[in-house]
Amino acid sequence: MEFFFQQLINGLSLGALYALIAVGYTVVYGIVQLINFAHGEIFMVGAFGAFATWVLLGSPTTWSLAAALFVLLPAMILGGVVVSVAVALLTERLAYRPLRTAPRLAPLISAIGVSVFLQEFIRLFFGYIPGMPDSKRAIPFPSVEGISGASFQIGQVTVQMPAVFTIVALVVCTLFLWFYVNRTKTGRAMIATSQDPDTARLMGINVDRVIMAAFAVGAALAAVAGVAHGLRYGNIDFRMGFLSGLKAFTAAVLGGIGNINGAVVGGLVLGVVESLATSFIPGQFGSTAWKDVWAFALLILVLVFRPQGLLGAKVVDRA
Amino acid sequence: MLEVKDMVVAYGRVNAVKGITFEVGAGQIVTMLGTNGAGKSTTLRAISGLLKLVSGEIWFEGERLDGVAAHRVVQRGIAQSPEGRRLFPKMSVEDNLRLGAYARKDPSGVKKDMDNVYDLFPVLGERRQQPAGLFSGGEQQMLAIGRAMMSRPKLLMLDEPSMGLSPIMTQTIMRTIRELRDEGVTILLVEQNAQAALSLADKGYVLEVGQIMFSDSGRNLLGDDRVKRAYLGAD
Repeated sequence: MEFFFQQLINGLSLGALYALIAVGYTVVYGIVQLINFAHGEIFMVGAFGAFATWVLLGSPTTWSLAAALFVLLPAMILGGVVVSVAVALLTERLAYRPLRTAPRLAPLISAIGVSVFLQEFIRLFFGYIPGMPDSKRAIPFPSVEGISGASFQIGQVTVQMPAVFTIVALVVCTLFLWFYVNRTKTGRAMIATSQDPDTARLMGINVDRVIMAAFAVGAALAAVAGVAHGLRYGNIDFRMGFLSGLKAFTAAVLGGIGNINGAVVGGLVLGVVESLATSFIPGQFGSTAWKDVWAFALLILVLVFRPQGLLGAKVVDRA
Repeated sequence: MLEVKDMVVAYGRVNAVKGITFEVGAGQIVTMLGTNGAGKSTTLRAISGLLKLVSGEIWFEGERLDGVAAHRVVQRGIAQSPEGRRLFPKMSVEDNLRLGAYARKDPSGVKKDMDNVYDLFPVLGERRQQPAGLFSGGEQQMLAIGRAMMSRPKLLMLDEPSMGLSPIMTQTIMRTIRELRDEGVTILLVEQNAQAALSLADKGYVLEVGQIMFSDSGRNLLGDDRVKRAYLGAD
């Protein structure tokens, strides 16, 4: 039983990571019906932004617990968010907006291009930024006192602090997002645009601005996920966005793409399934090598039997 | 107030509007008649900034309007109640009206105008928290007009407000349009229901396959043989 709860905690924290990234896919899809395949790279760039912020702060390693938690960590998150949002807005402006009226396939291919570009850009050029290490291989993510490598026990169950950070981050981000979408004017404009963009324009809504807001919100959450990833695994690399992005996309589809709650639920479900599959499926099929197989098998099952996702996509219907 | 000069609008390579020129004077009700595919909705969508012009010009209150982004057209004082009403069906009546006032920054004025809409259409006021999709066709049309009024437009463009409505409901809507005009709102009314539209229009234009065939005062058009034959079902 302890083993089960241990795996559940592991799965939930992994799922929280997926969920934070998945929201970006779903929000952008809900507004412009674009699968932003470069979103995994926005997550990766956020992790590098957080790393760069740490270097700018003088690569601190011996800060006190309070300074680490209340100055260093927020600064790194902020740095990551700024970089991710800036890159996301730039790609929207340069790679997607010119293709807004093109056939659906064009922006999709453009997104794949952006994805490759961002990976290669970080791989080749990150090391040339003064003070930054060469990034052709993984670079160690700064450890934050009180989180990195820390853990506590509940009975026999060990809870890693990075896992706590990820789950708390997801809860805070989801609450913030709920408030933003349901209680602000921009949020209302987002809902209107996702339902009927032309009519939203007739209401006086600047749809370009709404689209930018969607990209920015998704990027901000992806950057938080980038920090969570760094703290969890202890290193980051230019390739990290690929698999995590694909998993998060799976989570978004699982929950029902276009539906924000669906992305959160889909992420958590995917994380738990992955974690439990590797612990409870006997023999070689339960080895960690097979965890991605189970994750994507789940995706295929959902696509076959419930293509609208667990919570159902926001289907546009008109009066 | 509104002047359209030699406007050409295309979908892809097909010209839907082939060089039309017309005018709407301040305080008037101007109607545009035509069958499906005549280019009426295309004309309104182009004025609203949803479609780009291939050539020609649009002037509003002495300023160029073509090329202005749709959300800025609303700020200039032009609202449109689109064809098929296009409400946000899952949002409440109140949220729909609030979206109509999206461009405004005077909350107290918005509140007052919302109350005016509820006075004009009591059925909306009684059920203001219910999703718009639950209302009948006529009620939805009232909401669509109310929503367009929420931006406090100088020019209100209505695209087939009588579509799918009973004769009695059509009369109610037409009476409302006249009331709005009497309050000082200029109205551009696109209709297939020629009888209803012409009986309140100061001026009418008849559109066929993207061109204006003829125009006259509303009263004269009602008596015009060509209009009678094409739109009023007379031999």
